[in-house]
Amino acid sequence: MPALPLSMIWVVPALPLLGFLVNGTLALARPGAKRAVSIVGVGTLVLAFAAAALAVVEFGAQHATAPLVFSYWDWIPAGELQVPFALQLDQLSAVMILIVTGVGALIHVFSVGYMHDDPGYARYFAYLNLFVFFMLVLVLGANFPVMFVGWEGVGLCSYLLIGFWFNEKINADAGNKAFIVNRIGDFGFLVAMFLIFWRVGSLDFATVFAKAPAAFPPAGALITAITLFLFLGCTGKSAQIPLYTWLPDAMQGPTPVSALIHAATMVTAGVYLVARCGVLFALSPIGSTTVAGVGALTALFAATIALKQWDIKRVLAYSTVSQLGYMFVGVGTGAYAAGIFHLATHAFFKALLFLGSGSVIHAMHRAYHATHSHEDAQDMRNMGGLARYMPWTAPLMWIATLAIAGIPPFAGFFSKDEILGAAFAEGTVRPAWYVFWAMGIGAALLTAFYMTRLMLYTFHGPNRTGEREREYLHEAPWSMTGPLLVLGALTVAGGALNVPPLFRGGALLEHWLDPVTAAASRVSPLIEVPHATEWALVVGAVLVAGVGIVGAFRLLRPEALVPARAAPPEPGLARVLWKKWYVDELYDAVFVRPIMWVSREVLWKIVDMRIVDGLLVDGTAVVTRALGWIGSRLQTGEVGVYVVGFVFGVLAVLVAALR
Amino acid sequence: MLLAPALFVSAVLFTFGVAGVLLRRNAIVIFMCVELMLNAVNLTFVALAQQLGVAGQIFVFFVMAVAAAEAAVGLAIMLAIFRHGQTLNLQDINLLKG
Repeated sequence: MPALPLSMIWVVPALPLLGFLVNGTLALARPGAKRAVSIVGVGTLVLAFAAAALAVVEFGAQHATAPLVFSYWDWIPAGELQVPFALQLDQLSAVMILIVTGVGALIHVFSVGYMHDDPGYARYFAYLNLFVFFMLVLVLGANFPVMFVGWEGVGLCSYLLIGFWFNEKINADAGNKAFIVNRIGDFGFLVAMFLIFWRVGSLDFATVFAKAPAAFPPAGALITAITLFLFLGCTGKSAQIPLYTWLPDAMQGPTPVSALIHAATMVTAGVYLVARCGVLFALSPIGSTTVAGVGALTALFAATIALKQWDIKRVLAYSTVSQLGYMFVGVGTGAYAAGIFHLATHAFFKALLFLGSGSVIHAMHRAYHATHSHEDAQDMRNMGGLARYMPWTAPLMWIATLAIAGIPPFAGFFSKDEILGAAFAEGTVRPAWYVFWAMGIGAALLTAFYMTRLMLYTFHGPNRTGEREREYLHEAPWSMTGPLLVLGALTVAGGALNVPPLFRGGALLEHWLDPVTAAASRVSPLIEVPHATEWALVVGAVLVAGVGIVGAFRLLRPEALVPARAAPPEPGLARVLWKKWYVDELYDAVFVRPIMWVSREVLWKIVDMRIVDGLLVDGTAVVTRALGWIGSRLQTGEVGVYVVGFVFGVLAVLVAALR
Repeated sequence: MLLAPALFVSAVLFTFGVAGVLLRRNAIVIFMCVELMLNAVNLTFVALAQQLGVAGQIFVFFVMAVAAAEAAVGLAIMLAIFRHGQTLNLQDINLLKG
């Protein structure tokens, strides 16, 4: 097959867009055409993955050291601001498009089984295709505005899919929450863009990053502001403290959506942004410290919440927040390859966990549906012993659990270890990183514990679903277990992407990303530590993970659990954790309620009703009526008055004309 | 030449006309005062035509023709008004009052 020109890279995002258009039309015209929708929805994604793979292979063969930028048309030609619609293929976006289309295609296949009986099937696939399109625009964009289009687009699709079952208010509210919280982050992204344009005069990645070291004095106020605003955008999109609260609520959407958007791809956009703008963050020590610090704090904080959640998807949601924290520790440290590596492996094992939980929920839901029961199909207290009924899902999820806990040789071990190693090494220069490292280790312990807890309560011990429901518990169909198997294989082998030299590996991903990360490394080089220290760190991290898993087996008693409806409320710290440290309540009291109050009492009752309605709208009418009244008084109907007016008018004109 | 006296007479006539329109109440009298003003203007035209050419004299015919038409329409209106209100006192006719 002859090599296609790489400028055809637009085909990769165009395919899901085509899928969206076709599925969107079908959703409006023939919502029952499920077979056509499946073929289009999954087919475009598989083709997009094939196209992306071809492009990456061709790109790899060229050994390019600079990004390939393909400019398709002038999008915003406005004086100094020249923004072309341009896509950019480099080593980083190559990794991202493979993850997005690859994991995306698997999740599309899974969705065929999961959503099969849903009346909104066509609409669902239309949204999912649209999401993939925007995500590809995000990672392929060659300048900030194009990236921002993707950034907003995935936010839109996230909103649409969280509130997919919008008949229930809780789902619609969750969608609103995600959208509104993300607006705060997007404000940061926009301000950062304005600042960059103000100083550099361009928004193209290539120009900005080439000029950045000269344009911004290192550690200056401007670059710090830019990086902090960019990171504010990241905290919104990637669910970090303080804007993480939307992600757990986003679990109201269909489970494959949680896997694709809220675990594997969209929420990693912030990590991608920091890696993409590595030069800027390297120039600002405050900026990079904030990234790593917030990441470490989020990793630990979210892990504590995950300890006490009963909803299987909420555990995974907080786990995602926590793992995203790890990625930010990585990219904040300057270990971009490690951060992106964890992004990739996390995409594999977290998608596997979410799809596995989807398969569990599917089984539970079917069982409760068959007996017309209204129990919660997602509450782990209603599960237990499912391993007997789900011989494929259970072991695959165990693999993912070991991977996320950091047990070798699964994928998560290598990536998490690399991040923690890089953080520890940075600590030798900047001591704050020792704290971040310690928080990361603490989070790793909690991760191993809460994931083992999830597995124990879900798959082991006695079954608590109910006597009548038990016979309806079944393994999911092949369209669902198939993607699980592929993701399981990736979870086992994904670590091979980037085996560090410590284990006689070639660190493939790191070398592959070298051309992208080189500019940032020149500004702030990565610190190396001796092999002996590295070994100690690795062994320590594995021990910690082991302690977490064994601890969970020792401490937890699945047989002592009672179904959700009979469970007593928990006291003390357990309750605080179950209530998520009351952060939602805090935000509600500090931000939501005051804003609602100001909106209702001031903006509505005073500004809108009194000023806009009263003063402006009614005021205009009053003034018009008054002027009309004055005018009508002049119309006496008496000819004499008119004549006097006329004569004096003529005289005035004459006087004026003769002067 | 009699230009200055002619213009003087014309001005006096015109002023009478204006004064009549302003001061009188009866519609017919006011109408006649308007005719007075028109004729004052005619006199001016004729007087000045001596110096400025024949166009002024021709214009007088136009004014007369329009005045005749105006008289026809105006008297018809007044007839209608009288039939309606049994009066031609303009102070009593204020149907267009705002």
